[in-house]
Amino acid sequence: MTTILNRKIQPAVQPPGRVEFPRPEIFELSNGIKVYQFNSGTQDVISIEMVFGAGSWFQTKPFTAMATNLMLREGTRNYTAKALSESLDFFGAHFENTTERDNAYVSLYSLNKHLDDTLPLLSEIIKNPLFPESELEVLASKQRQMLEVNRQKVNFLARTHFNSIIFGDEHPYGSFLGPDDIPRVSSSDLASFHASRYHSGNCIIVVAGLVKPGLLNNLEEKFGGSDWIGKPTGRLSYDISASIQKEHFIVKEGASQSAIRMGCRMFSRSHPDFSGMKVLNAILGGYFGSRLMSNLREDKGYTYGIGSAVVPLRDSGYFVISGEVGAEFTSEALTEIKSELTRLCNEQINESELSLVRNYLAGEMLRAVDGPFAQAGLYRELLEDGLDITHFEEMIDTVQHINAQQLQDLAIRYFNPEDLYTLVVGPEKI
Amino acid sequence: MIEFDRFTLDNGLRVVVHRDTSTPIVAMNILYNVGSRDEHPDRTGFAHLFEHLMFGGSINIPRYDEPLERVGGENNAFTNNDFTNYYLTVPGHNLETAFWLESDRMLNLAFSAKSFDVQRNVVVEEFRQNYLNQPYGDAWLLLRPLAYKVHPYRWATIGIDPSHIEQAGMDEVRDFYERFYNPCNAILVLAGNVETAHVKELAEKWFGVIPQGRKNERNLRSEPPQTEARSLTVDSDVPYDALYKAWHMCSRMEDGFFATDLISDILSAGQSGRLNQQLVKNLRLFSDISAFISGDTDAGLFVITGKLIKGVSFSEAETALQVEIDKICNQAVDEMELQKVKNRVEAMMEFSEMRVLDKAMNLAYFELLGDASLVNDLVNKYASVTTTDITAEARKIFRPENCSTLCYKSK
Repeated sequence: MTTILNRKIQPAVQPPGRVEFPRPEIFELSNGIKVYQFNSGTQDVISIEMVFGAGSWFQTKPFTAMATNLMLREGTRNYTAKALSESLDFFGAHFENTTERDNAYVSLYSLNKHLDDTLPLLSEIIKNPLFPESELEVLASKQRQMLEVNRQKVNFLARTHFNSIIFGDEHPYGSFLGPDDIPRVSSSDLASFHASRYHSGNCIIVVAGLVKPGLLNNLEEKFGGSDWIGKPTGRLSYDISASIQKEHFIVKEGASQSAIRMGCRMFSRSHPDFSGMKVLNAILGGYFGSRLMSNLREDKGYTYGIGSAVVPLRDSGYFVISGEVGAEFTSEALTEIKSELTRLCNEQINESELSLVRNYLAGEMLRAVDGPFAQAGLYRELLEDGLDITHFEEMIDTVQHINAQQLQDLAIRYFNPEDLYTLVVGPEKI
Repeated sequence: MIEFDRFTLDNGLRVVVHRDTSTPIVAMNILYNVGSRDEHPDRTGFAHLFEHLMFGGSINIPRYDEPLERVGGENNAFTNNDFTNYYLTVPGHNLETAFWLESDRMLNLAFSAKSFDVQRNVVVEEFRQNYLNQPYGDAWLLLRPLAYKVHPYRWATIGIDPSHIEQAGMDEVRDFYERFYNPCNAILVLAGNVETAHVKELAEKWFGVIPQGRKNERNLRSEPPQTEARSLTVDSDVPYDALYKAWHMCSRMEDGFFATDLISDILSAGQSGRLNQQLVKNLRLFSDISAFISGDTDAGLFVITGKLIKGVSFSEAETALQVEIDKICNQAVDEMELQKVKNRVEAMMEFSEMRVLDKAMNLAYFELLGDASLVNDLVNKYASVTTTDITAEARKIFRPENCSTLCYKSK
């Protein structure tokens, strides 16, 4: 007997399954470098990520940390920049060089079958860069032009200036690059920075993909020696000097949209309120069905996208709401954002919405550990903050068990609009 | 190598199933054979606006996103010149919710006036955010009508102007839906820890009853060959002069496609690409430059674009670029360089099969082109391109009369 299909009723919903986080294998090279290995996946590829305490926190001159990382591949003892690129490209491999505030990353992505040819290139750029002046000139010119183009965009201006408002522009978390900073770094600045920050005492290695036998020996041979030991230099401390003013405005003439940033300093990952705030943040602006998206986009049509994030840093952190809205709706948008914050303080979330958010976040966590690259990335983030998988497991627990009262308490503590800084980048001051 | 099963329902819905037991996540991709090339010239931007409306509630389900979020799912969509693609990932044990949602919005939309009003505004904001409110954002809005005079590729997916979107009416929306959002015009792909038999059951249960609908029989006017070089210079509020050059190339299914793609890689893939080495590093005429193909199904464009170093004239920049173009037309590429770009393709394919979502999208795309198994043929197709093919294709493409040039002059 066939039953008539009732399309009005959702098929049976299964509760989220257990999120399994596979543990890495952990090794130590002879010189003390720890290697974390996620050996899995269906594809015969490998990623090797070298993490150095070489972020912008450690520079004494702007642009130094970023330029050092980008210039690693632009000429080494045994390869010109061109020869190195030819070789890397020939094997279908690529590097990713990123520099954040705390750490700098140099990653190699390669097919396993070419790893014997590509791993030496990674070793070469990390241990033997020369920072040739002529290559530096080309890089600086390119970076400067890119920066000038970005400074025409309201969202870029909003992002860079907001952090300087809440941390102060002298603080590594608040400072940002100006175009005139770029030509001021020299080859010898980069060589010094490299010598002091890119060494075995300041490094961890994260491996992900299908690991071939012999990789560890290969890593030991390339990176495990005492030939690149360095003296760890200390981590200077900086004073935070937030703006006295809460409301800020930057004019961008002719802009058809305003970029909005609203938020404040917060805390690092190990803070007891971190997990709860991740849930609260999801409700506010962390997914498509969030309060901010439902209101400002799906109800009012003010924006193509608005969201919020709780961002942990090593020594601090911040919370920020961000989006671009039609310039003519700027005032209304600010009002609606504040009303959503206030609503979370005044009204407890109902069980239906809370249950939706729990399940959505459970799905997100499943996606976050899907495959060796995702697992390695997540694990590395925890490592950097001195944490391990138990922190992730606590997050899962919080998502499952936090209640409406606890969420409201967090909102009252952290989401009072009076406590938040606001920055608008738009065509006219509102 | 992506293994798969394939079947077609009585109503014409094509279904492809790829089993991957390495993940608890299942990806569902549903591709509709309608893109901005199917639009009326006075109603451009419609296919993309319509994509937004697909989330505004279907006949039995008031909101699309919410039930999916409730089962831990995540979704998105995109529209291009050729097709509209909806995709989601969901923990495997809640797969049936995905079938329920997608089949209902294929069955019928709610056509809510509120959703229509709001999404028109949202799309206008998208227009502003991505195309109007940033330097060089309108490049494609200028380049397309320069290169194409007849074919619908002459307008961009976002539309010619926000006013087209603002003036769209609800009847047009219903008509568009009737014409294009039908089982016989769609391809459904599942990738993850799924059994074909189970997928067949779910597909029959949820999609089987949907009437076949009309197939999208296209009758587009092809672009006549371009017979003289075209150019446009705009004075713009941009910090640096920028150059865009576009040449007509073959369609996706023609033999020359693979050689054309490799030509763009020889010129521009990785840091060793010729244009980067010669024009950025050696001659220092551009701060960056890239070559790529537009990826269209009908005859698309081969594009080279770059930002000029301050103080360099367009004439200097173009002359130097022409030297590189002449080189690839007149000097055979050496075997190492050709092997390099083939190796890059092979690596890309290997990385592209890491996630079920990417595999699902690729299977859908190639099924649209005629046969999902084409995805497994790609490495061979690229591998069999010879240096003679490269030269021959380069000479077909890089004829001056085949070229449209857009110059942004910094005010």
